[in-house]
Amino acid sequence: MQNVINELAERVKADLAGVTSKETLASFWQEYLSKNGKVPALMKGLKNVAADQRPAMGKIINEFKGQVQAQYDEAAARIQAAELAARNAAEAVDITMPAKTRAMGGLHPITLVKNQIIDVFAGMGFEIFEGPEIEDDDHNFTRLNVPKNHPARDMQDTFYLSDELLLRTHTSPGQIRVMDRGELPIKVLVPGRVFRSDSDATHSPMFHQMEGLVVDKGITLCDLQGMLDSFVQSLFGSETRTRLRPSYFPFTEPSVEVDVSCFECGGKGCSLCKGTGWIEILGGGVVNRRVLENCNIDPDVYSGFAFGIGIERIAMLKYGINNMGLLFENDLRFLKQF
Amino acid sequence: MKVPFSWLKEFVDIDITPQELEEKLFGCGFEVEELIDLSAEISRVVVGEITHMEKQEGTDHLHLCRVNCGEYGEDLAITTGAPNIFVGALVPVALDNSTLPGGITIKARKMQGVLSNGMMCSGAELGLNDDWYPGSEVYGLLIMNGDPNAVPGRDICEVVGLNDYIFDISITANRPDCQSILGIAREVAALLNKPLKMPATDFTCPAEPDPTIHVRVEAPDLCPRYLAHYVRNIHPGESPRWMRRHLALAGLRSINNVVDITNHTLIEIGQPMHAFDLSHVAGRSIIVRRAAEGEQITTLDEKEFTLNPNNLVICDAEKPVALAGIMGGLNSEIESDTTELLFECATFARDSIRKTSRALGQSSDSSARYEKGVDQYSTELGLKRALHLIQELDCGDITPTCFDCAANPNQARKVIRVMPAQINSVLGIEVSEDVIRDILTRLDFGVNADSPIWEVSVPRYRDDVEGFPDLAEEVIREYGYDHIVPTFLQSAAVTNGGMTVDQKNQLKLKRLLAGQGFYEASTLAFYAVSDLDMMHFPQDAPERRAIRILNPISENLSIMRTTLVPSMLNVIVDNLKKGNNEGRLFELSNVYRPESLPLTAAPDERLTLAVGAFGPEENFFTMKGAMEAIAASFDLQFTYERAAVPYLHPGISANVLCNGVQIGVFGKLANEITGELKIAKDEKNSQNIYLAELDYAALAANFSASYRYKPMSPFAPVKRDLALVCDEATACGDIENTIRGASPLVRAVSLFDVYRGKNLGEGKKSMAFSIELHDSEKELSPEAAERAFKKILSNLKFKMGIEMR
Repeated sequence: MQNVINELAERVKADLAGVTSKETLASFWQEYLSKNGKVPALMKGLKNVAADQRPAMGKIINEFKGQVQAQYDEAAARIQAAELAARNAAEAVDITMPAKTRAMGGLHPITLVKNQIIDVFAGMGFEIFEGPEIEDDDHNFTRLNVPKNHPARDMQDTFYLSDELLLRTHTSPGQIRVMDRGELPIKVLVPGRVFRSDSDATHSPMFHQMEGLVVDKGITLCDLQGMLDSFVQSLFGSETRTRLRPSYFPFTEPSVEVDVSCFECGGKGCSLCKGTGWIEILGGGVVNRRVLENCNIDPDVYSGFAFGIGIERIAMLKYGINNMGLLFENDLRFLKQF
Repeated sequence: MKVPFSWLKEFVDIDITPQELEEKLFGCGFEVEELIDLSAEISRVVVGEITHMEKQEGTDHLHLCRVNCGEYGEDLAITTGAPNIFVGALVPVALDNSTLPGGITIKARKMQGVLSNGMMCSGAELGLNDDWYPGSEVYGLLIMNGDPNAVPGRDICEVVGLNDYIFDISITANRPDCQSILGIAREVAALLNKPLKMPATDFTCPAEPDPTIHVRVEAPDLCPRYLAHYVRNIHPGESPRWMRRHLALAGLRSINNVVDITNHTLIEIGQPMHAFDLSHVAGRSIIVRRAAEGEQITTLDEKEFTLNPNNLVICDAEKPVALAGIMGGLNSEIESDTTELLFECATFARDSIRKTSRALGQSSDSSARYEKGVDQYSTELGLKRALHLIQELDCGDITPTCFDCAANPNQARKVIRVMPAQINSVLGIEVSEDVIRDILTRLDFGVNADSPIWEVSVPRYRDDVEGFPDLAEEVIREYGYDHIVPTFLQSAAVTNGGMTVDQKNQLKLKRLLAGQGFYEASTLAFYAVSDLDMMHFPQDAPERRAIRILNPISENLSIMRTTLVPSMLNVIVDNLKKGNNEGRLFELSNVYRPESLPLTAAPDERLTLAVGAFGPEENFFTMKGAMEAIAASFDLQFTYERAAVPYLHPGISANVLCNGVQIGVFGKLANEITGELKIAKDEKNSQNIYLAELDYAALAANFSASYRYKPMSPFAPVKRDLALVCDEATACGDIENTIRGASPLVRAVSLFDVYRGKNLGEGKKSMAFSIELHDSEKELSPEAAERAFKKILSNLKFKMGIEMR
């Protein structure tokens, strides 16, 4: 009997070496460990063993069975690991292949800049007002202190739709419409598209402006600069300063051009600021008393300031766009960059 | 305005450099766009004296000269081919490594085997003409003998007057008084706190008067001031060097002293002038009036114009002899036989001149000046200055015969009553009374500060100054804007800021579309009729009722948009042409719908959403997905029905409805339009273009103001899949509606598969739906669910003839 066991042990050892897959593992189990397998069969041979030796031999057989089962388990674990490794290897991806993303679109850079400016001023208590793009002469010019025959009308090449109706040349008529509501004080931002009949490398017949207007008691030129300082610092960084210099707009008096210290070079002079250290970004001034009077606001009680920002200009400065035309070409290669 | 530095210095003792002056002008509102250094292109060119000359051997026209260039070499060998040389000639010498206008560099080099140490120059080579420096236009070298400044070795720019600067100053529209040398000089004098040396304006009237001359203004609204002065015995001659140089600096050529005086007055005083040869003036009468309808004039450049009463003309007793302020009539030039002149010096309404000039397409230096605005002070000064020069230059005998037609005889200064505190209330800082008074006085304002309310009289040339805010501007631009102390609305009330709900919804819609892969486009608000043609809109389509721009830049940009789809299609085509083979775009912009044409009232500006998609990945359903995403994000249900619009494929397009109201349309671009696009036809991407247009206002009408939480049901739904066989033509939506209509328990129906196969039979398809039943009140019993599914199947069978597969 012992010889039989020894012989079987040898065969188990040899067969296990050939077990390399789930299939060969199963046939091994079938051959040796299943109900009709060769190892349980040993127990059946026990009846031929002398009775006094049966307990000892039974113990030997059980031990042998335990050894075979352990060897089987070991092989099973080995095969499982090998198969997992093979599957993982088969499933492995080339991690250097291009990523797949859900294609996101995007907002136009003008919208992005507009929203950014709105965010800054909304935080300072400015409401957002949008007036019509087709305006009448009265709102676009006359009540802004640009009467007929005024030379300032020459400053703005106007598209006319009829004797009285025109495409607004600036967002300033929004000032009049807000003041006409008769509610004071006023802090308002008027974004919108404006139209002028010139078109060349640096001009588009349509562009975007953002008008700001504050009317309250005791508003001065100092307040204009203070607010614009805060604005440019939000947009261009906390080190940015503003500089006022005289200019002329019929609806403000005094009128100023506002420069910001160059955010590229910090004011030392570079190609962006053409070596001056300053970049012109907007115009503004103290609201002309006549404009207040035209809107039934007593200029001896209330005063205000107004400013107008060219959004294209800010977008170009902010994103380093050197050609305004790009903003209106709608080339997807351009739009996808923002 | 181009202002020569040297000319400015004739009026003000300027003791700072041109660069420093540029800085100061910038600070007080006069931006110098360019500071032009007249000597910038010329270097190492000096005066040389020819001390010896001989024919160069082996040549027939070259001379080898020895030239004394002072400290640069007293005996330089220089070759020249110029014919007008002689020993002792003082000529410009461009030394080795010198530069000349036009970017020319001169180096010592061998000519015909002999080393020449530079080049002797002509006036033209230095960029000069006879007005700049006499003799500059002779054939050959510029000969400077007789000029005491022409000393060998001296920089040529100093000798010929090129050591000068031109300030090209940008003048704002409110300061027409600064459109002259004198105007800028006044500002510079105030800025530097120096006295202004006024040009001489004195003259006498020794000649006989002529009582037969008459001058009359019949249109004082267009001509508020008309001065005329009669000068006899005109004898035109050459202008003196100083005047020729002034004109050269201004970019003008000298003609003769009489013409030069009028041009000089325009530049110096800012006052246009005209001179009438009385021998050509019928009736010796000048009448300033509006032209009669159809009246004609031929201007001195031989252009003929037909006039109307909007045009102001200067007439003699019979006919117009000049377009007022713009140009004289033919034959009105000062000829060699001219013996008597009536000098005109007038203030014309700037708008009248501008309109006539634009309408006729005729302009001149004079009209350009009038368009900016001429004040009556300058009109008076200009005439006096011109008459002074006529006497000084001896070009005629001034008579006492003169005319002054003034619409408003009161020429007194305007007076503003102001308290210094009012000025400071505008600025927000405390400028002392002394400083305010000093600044205003320097700017030629009269200040009477005897009482708390000052009386400030305004210079007559300052039509722009109307009230104390203008005075505040005068003060701060001289005092300096750097004195402004930024404050943050110290006195203002707190206000609530931010966007309105509608503005937020627009932004939400834009962000939603961006999230769906669409990029925002920005296109012009106007386009061409041909853009509507491109979309095959029939002649009576409402989109054709577009507002025309009366003065468009071009026909391409001549009508206001009535629909955004042509712009969107153009953007897609442009992208395809650039090689962008796929993409998604949208634009949220106005279209303009007139109530009536021609336009009488402001039109309806309707915010409209255009969506475009193109490329191999796109189809009807990707666009429908975008529509559904919009609906979902605003908690709306869209329904769809077949659309019939001219620009979309009749079988691949749908109207979009919300609560039963049509809000837009979308679909594939019509095949016939795709075929007409100027893009590569074999490109499969280009054949797959989808467009949508939604009326944003109609869409937004369905937005609810607020959202309320809906509780989730505790009861589980029952789900079942049904595969149905139907005719090919059966619409999915009809099946869906039948299923929904069969039982109130149906909560969701969704198609998940469509199968076509021979086993189904010809013209049949199988559509598999997933159906969800749900009862929000109680747990749905299996029996109730079974009853509902049976009802669904029977309705499908009897209403649509559809059975289970």
